[in-house]
Amino acid sequence: MDWDFIHRFTPMYVEAAGLTLSIGLMGIGLSLLVGFGCCMARYFRVPVLRQIAKAYIELARNTPLLVQLFFLYFGLPKVGIRLSAEACAITGLTFLGGAYMAEAMRSGIEAVEKSQHESGACLGLTRWQVLQYIVFPQAFATAVPAICANVIFLIKETSVFSAVALADLMYVAKDLIGMYYKTDEALLMLVAAYLVILLPVSLLFTLLERRMHHAGSGSVRPAEGT
Amino acid sequence: MAETLLEIRNLHKSFEGVSVLKDVSLSIAQGEVVVIIGPSGCGKSTLLRCINGLEAVDSGEILLRGERISGQKKALHLVRQRIGMVFQSYDLFPHMDVMANLLLGPIKALGKSRREVAEEAERFLVRVGLQDKAHAMPGQLSGGQKQRVALVRAMLMHPEMLLLDEITAALDPEMVREVLNVVLDLARDGVTMAIVTHEMRFAEAVADRVVFLEGGDIVEQAPPEKFFHQPETERAQQFLDTFDYKKS
Ligand SMILES: Nc1ncnc2c1ncn2[C@@H]1O[C@H](COP(=O)(O)OP(=O)(O)OP(=O)(O)O)[C@@H](O)[C@H]1O
Ligand SMILES: [Mg+2]
Repeated sequence: MDWDFIHRFTPMYVEAAGLTLSIGLMGIGLSLLVGFGCCMARYFRVPVLRQIAKAYIELARNTPLLVQLFFLYFGLPKVGIRLSAEACAITGLTFLGGAYMAEAMRSGIEAVEKSQHESGACLGLTRWQVLQYIVFPQAFATAVPAICANVIFLIKETSVFSAVALADLMYVAKDLIGMYYKTDEALLMLVAAYLVILLPVSLLFTLLERRMHHAGSGSVRPAEGT
Repeated sequence: MAETLLEIRNLHKSFEGVSVLKDVSLSIAQGEVVVIIGPSGCGKSTLLRCINGLEAVDSGEILLRGERISGQKKALHLVRQRIGMVFQSYDLFPHMDVMANLLLGPIKALGKSRREVAEEAERFLVRVGLQDKAHAMPGQLSGGQKQRVALVRAMLMHPEMLLLDEITAALDPEMVREVLNVVLDLARDGVTMAIVTHEMRFAEAVADRVVFLEGGDIVEQAPPEKFFHQPETERAQQFLDTFDYKKS
């Protein structure tokens, strides 16, 4: 193992990890928004939007991210739309993530019993209030594991971005291997970098899930009621 | 006779082509307690659910103080603020403690201040014997306690009438009484109610009028002392016999 090499190129990895993480987070944030939008369009049965949401979810979940990125990066310029590598990556990640998040949220909402909706309605709350105060808190507890899994999945999927010449972790590793033939070192650092990003996230989620689990089973009092 | 509070005219309702309510007409006066009984599947729950718009009616109309409340979608939540409903399965919100369950409707739907309803909620909890449960989670309560909370939750909306759908059917026998006592108490206070129940003794005690529903039709209606002891129709008599209802 060439430790000098590792030492020399660590800053490159740190920078790439920063890029991976920031694109990942941006994509995840937007995925949550898109997912929520789709989920609500379907829940409220908004005409047209709801069909679009359904078609989009099927399309995004059934095509590989790489294909989606190639389409964005090579296909769109042909029709005159030019996106930067970063914009491509974020758009691609959001396109993919939005669909998975929409499904995670939907399964959370569907797990809340119909009688909960009805007893909320019987109190004279509007449909939106029923969602806000009664359904979302319970749906969230159910959806958290799936949403967390999606977040980790999306961070991992950023590796595909190297395909569109983004200087992310995967790209740096491939570059170093190409230039110096230090395969072992480059890959070791790559694995280490992903672990450094993903382990804390994963740990955080485990804690969060445990908390939600307790809240769901009713042994923890919510902070201040409504 | 007091003012008519609720009027149901020629109500029809079917599910997937199967007719469940056939031309039901019924009016309930201010302060009146109407108990609806009948065999399983005869449409009792459906009737209550049509009243507060949980089911849309196919034809006919429902009037609350002369104002049509059926056949519209937009302002349903406003109608439901005026008609409380409690179900067999209590349906407390499991992620909120008892007090939060009680305050949600008055604060969010009626826009009242937390202070004014919290005081009232506490008085109500005392009245139903749950003063020490304000901060319990629903999961920590017995069925009877949950159902009493559900009743208080409905009452804190100050509804013009209350719909109760077999609220003791899921309870262990020893808890039935504590819940029914609360209902009797509300009845003495003059709360207008439509009650579906299989507790015949309770029905006789609480009802101003008994409505016997069978096959989606009102077969007979009468004051309880008459209905339970000298029913006019053969079908009502048969139904009461299946209950082994002892004349006392
Ligand atoms: N949402 C629904 N979809 C289809 N059929 C329904 C629906 N709700 C009720 N029904 C049918 O309508 C009929 C009347 O049901 P309802 O629940 O009103 O009866 P009920 O008198 O309350 O009976 P029980 O005493 O068992 O509660 C039943 O045959 C039932 O299967
Ligand atoms: Mg029923």
